[in-house]
Amino acid sequence: MIRLARQVLAQLSPGFSLGLVLAAAIALPAAAQEDTLDKIRSSGAITLGHRDGSIPFSYYDDQQRPVGYALDLCLKIVDAVKAELKLPKLEVKYQLVTSANRIPLMANGTIDLECGSTTNNLERQKQVAFTITHFVTANRWVAKKASKIRSLADLKGKTIVSTAGTTNIKQITEINAAQNLGMHIISANGHPEAFQMVETGRAVAFVMDDILLYSLAAQSRRPTDYEISSTALSVEPYGIMLRRDDPAFKKVVDAAMVRVYKSGEINRIYDKWFLKPIPPRGLNLAVPMSAQFKKVVAHPTDSGDPEAYK
Amino acid sequence: MSYHWHWGVLFEPEPGGTGTYLHYLLVGLGWTLATALAAWVLALAIGAAVGTVRTTPVRWAVRLGDLYVEIFRNVPLIVQMFLWYFVAPELLPQAAGDWVKQLPPPWGMYFPAVLCLGVFTSVRVAEQVRAGIESLPRGQRLAGTALGLTLPQTYRFVLLPMAFRIVLPPLTSELLNVIKNSSVALTIGLLELTGRARAMQEFSFRAFEAFAAATVIYLVTNLVVVLAMRVLERKVRVPGMIAAGAATQAGH
Amino acid sequence: MFSGYDFDVIGRSLPYLFREGMTFTVTLTLLAMTGGIVFGTVLALMRLSPRRLVAGLAGAYVNLMRSVPLVLVIFWFFFLVPYIGAWVIGAREPIKVGTFASSVITFTMFEAAYYCEIMRAGIQSIPRGQVWAGYALGLSYAQTMVRVVLPQAFRNMLPVLLTQSIILFQDTSLVYVISATDFLGAAAKIANRDYRLVEMYTFVAVVYFAVSYGLSTLVRQLQRRVSVVH
Repeated sequence: MIRLARQVLAQLSPGFSLGLVLAAAIALPAAAQEDTLDKIRSSGAITLGHRDGSIPFSYYDDQQRPVGYALDLCLKIVDAVKAELKLPKLEVKYQLVTSANRIPLMANGTIDLECGSTTNNLERQKQVAFTITHFVTANRWVAKKASKIRSLADLKGKTIVSTAGTTNIKQITEINAAQNLGMHIISANGHPEAFQMVETGRAVAFVMDDILLYSLAAQSRRPTDYEISSTALSVEPYGIMLRRDDPAFKKVVDAAMVRVYKSGEINRIYDKWFLKPIPPRGLNLAVPMSAQFKKVVAHPTDSGDPEAYK
Repeated sequence: MSYHWHWGVLFEPEPGGTGTYLHYLLVGLGWTLATALAAWVLALAIGAAVGTVRTTPVRWAVRLGDLYVEIFRNVPLIVQMFLWYFVAPELLPQAAGDWVKQLPPPWGMYFPAVLCLGVFTSVRVAEQVRAGIESLPRGQRLAGTALGLTLPQTYRFVLLPMAFRIVLPPLTSELLNVIKNSSVALTIGLLELTGRARAMQEFSFRAFEAFAAATVIYLVTNLVVVLAMRVLERKVRVPGMIAAGAATQAGH
Repeated sequence: MFSGYDFDVIGRSLPYLFREGMTFTVTLTLLAMTGGIVFGTVLALMRLSPRRLVAGLAGAYVNLMRSVPLVLVIFWFFFLVPYIGAWVIGAREPIKVGTFASSVITFTMFEAAYYCEIMRAGIQSIPRGQVWAGYALGLSYAQTMVRVVLPQAFRNMLPVLLTQSIILFQDTSLVYVISATDFLGAAAKIANRDYRLVEMYTFVAVVYFAVSYGLSTLVRQLQRRVSVVH
């Protein structure tokens, strides 16, 4: 009996130590947040979060360097920050992020700006902040033409895939439950992996923002095998992410973005990534600026409400 | 610390509509145990066979056993998991490969995960069974021959019954290892406990609550398994024989 | 069975795989091994201490690390280290910790629990007479440990410590779950970008096998030479 008690105690001691750690964490007072501008000024560096497969927003070229439309915009912001802080030089560090860890890494200070294809919505604004929208896309799916998927009902009972940590996977999970579609939803680690699942036949459809689907299909071995749905499940405005409750930094970032839009430089940057050949294989996406995004350029907004983009 | 705790998130509904997050995690525990137990049984079967064969005087069988052990011991578990899930279906004939790939989740991930874990763990079981048989006095085997038993009979009636009783403690700690190793299956999309904790973190943005809950569940499971195994060991133990396989062996 | 596979992709990506991926893996392994053995030895000494609180704390830590999957520990440290770091150095905001730094801390802390058990067995296997001889010569506890016991324990357990390090080398592949670019991560990136899953993952398996098998053969030879007879 005593031996049993001792064994139970030995097993529970890890639990006690865990409890101690958590209790200490709760007891510590909540610290005030330091200004991002102060942090940049004192460290002389700014860290940009980038993606590895969000073509053409943020991805690796064939030299494994991060490039993309969102990164170009971020570099404009970096110039503005450097000017604002009057620094002789500002080191730019790059940190690879995924859909799943971009928000925690922003919240815990690992990155200062996230330059990718992150949807700005009201729920995320509880955790992070966004600057002016840099693209407007819609949530659709891509499937092989041979699968003959025309509408959401055709996906009943089938296996579909989306990327972990995205608004798309959350939305399709909710739709699946609400409409009782009985779909099996696989969560992939990244966009290229998810697309591969459709290519190899593991999943029938990949639910993601249409611009990303379009570029992945265009880069695949046989682009004509695929078609993107006409059904749009939602409107997704992309925004560069920054930390919440940091008005000084947001002001500088917003001002930089508005300057790029108003001066017309946005058109040059947009053309470079959407209307001209892009690395690594010189593919030209040939996607002209949508009417919704033109509206944003004329009247820059950082709204997370899809209604603002209709 | 500028982190605001919110333990109530465990009782909020998860987006898939199946219930609270806590329920979501506990279903994950179910999958963890289902994977671990199936893999453990498979590992015991294969490992006992391979370990026994490696103690026989049959040269080519011993070589084969050695090859098996070396291959699956020197490749990391996650790499083996990828090979079973991504590469194996491509190497099968077209129709069989397609059928395997069409298996709906979670079964499409469950079977490769069980096979992978089973084979991976069988290597350690084989080593322990071999050590157990070799720790028996040589006289046992010779006595069997003296009594006119053939080699298989000697194993079946004399050596193996003793060897299994000796190696039971290390074998039961292998169950704990398999339960921990089953977490690697999240990399192929199997939503066991750790995978669900990560999904919970992604949906609710509550990293610490999610991982703390998962940690507690693992600790409790550990406790239950250890206590259950102690009971089993006490029933099966042979008084006077020391278990083979010391705590100083490296491993997880 | 292997027709239609483009194994040239391996040749084309070798520079990236080894310059980025393998460097990450090897550096992480070496740093975690050093840190883990040092911290593990400290933990072992704590566990063997006659002071109940010290022994209990170390024991609780070791039990905790051994009861929880490594994947979960990787996630914990990935999210937690910036906050702990800030608390430790008194910063007001979570400090910036990259993927590599987070991985080094994770594996050092995790493997220390396993190295601790190995060192504890090693220390306990040294005859008590050695310790008493040290005291008889007028050495303090610390001096006895550092100059008499630990060198012998370390030498006795060297093969087991090295075997554990080979396991550590294999376990570093799990940083995949935090999207780090170690050897496996680099191969996975290329596999997904170029649609070459079979070729890349097979190559990764072969490389890990070659390195692990080679190293364990060396350890076996070392074991034959170094065994100390009491």
